[in-house]
Amino acid sequence: MNEMYLKFPSLSENEVFARNAVAAFVLPLNPTLTELSDVKTAVSEAVTNAIVHGYGGAAEGWIELKCRTDGDLLEIEVADRGRGIEDVARALTPFFTTLPGEERSGMGFTIMQTFMSGFSVSSAPGEGTRVKMSKRFGELEANAG
Amino acid sequence: MNLQGSRRGDNLYIYLSGELDEHSVAKVRERADKLIDDNAGLSRAVFNLAGLRFMDSTGIGFLIGRYKRLKKYGMDMYLENPDAGADKVLSISGLYSLMPKI
Ligand SMILES: Nc1ncnc2c1ncn2[C@@H]1O[C@H](COP(=O)(O)OP(=O)(O)OP(=O)(O)O)[C@@H](O)[C@H]1O
Ligand SMILES: [Mg+2]
Repeated sequence: MNEMYLKFPSLSENEVFARNAVAAFVLPLNPTLTELSDVKTAVSEAVTNAIVHGYGGAAEGWIELKCRTDGDLLEIEVADRGRGIEDVARALTPFFTTLPGEERSGMGFTIMQTFMSGFSVSSAPGEGTRVKMSKRFGELEANAG
Repeated sequence: MNLQGSRRGDNLYIYLSGELDEHSVAKVRERADKLIDDNAGLSRAVFNLAGLRFMDSTGIGFLIGRYKRLKKYGMDMYLENPDAGADKVLSISGLYSLMPKI
């Protein structure tokens, strides 16, 4: 079992840092290139959402990233204390975005759900958003992926 | 993140390299749009993704944005050589129906 915890300000240059830190953390689990790429993409989605939506693009808040490995399972939590999501079910709908004018496609949550083995999000307006994801390494690739 | 363009015959080739995310997108967006504007009148633009080592949903938004700009000029858009990671993101979002992979 292993754990790590990172806390960084909501600056967009931390997107590359966050996804590569998680990638380095899971290397001992011998992920395939596809698994590694899935995890990096999902982390990038969650961290980008915290920066762009949670804190509205201003470097005004902190993002917490927790990772835990147990056997061949990786658990990830990405949390912000930003504006939160009013209607989580609607936010999870493919192509739903509240920022269409900024070239957002509304695919971030769909990608997290598709690329990871487990996914959940809890959020409340004014309180922030917490995304939990897990990935089991060595799982057979689903056809749908 | 880097972007280079070249013109061959009736095609505008745009080569992307590096990691495309929300941090790096602004710079390439501006350069891609300038290339497109300067080459309006060609019949198509081919985005070559061979050098792209990472792309998330920000890349989808970027590509759709350029697609819309090209459409205004009556130009078609195609994608070339995405790596396995980019290919997965592009497939899931259905982008190939707008901009076929060649
Ligand atoms: N951390 C967050 N804080 C506040 N709102 C969020 C957060 N994450 C997501 N949302 C809301 O959920 C919507 C959907 O998120 P999703 O990542 O699927 O799409 P997007 O970020 O809008 O577009 P894309 O990810 O394709 O660039 C967002 O438009 C936003 O309204
Ligand atoms: Mg998003």
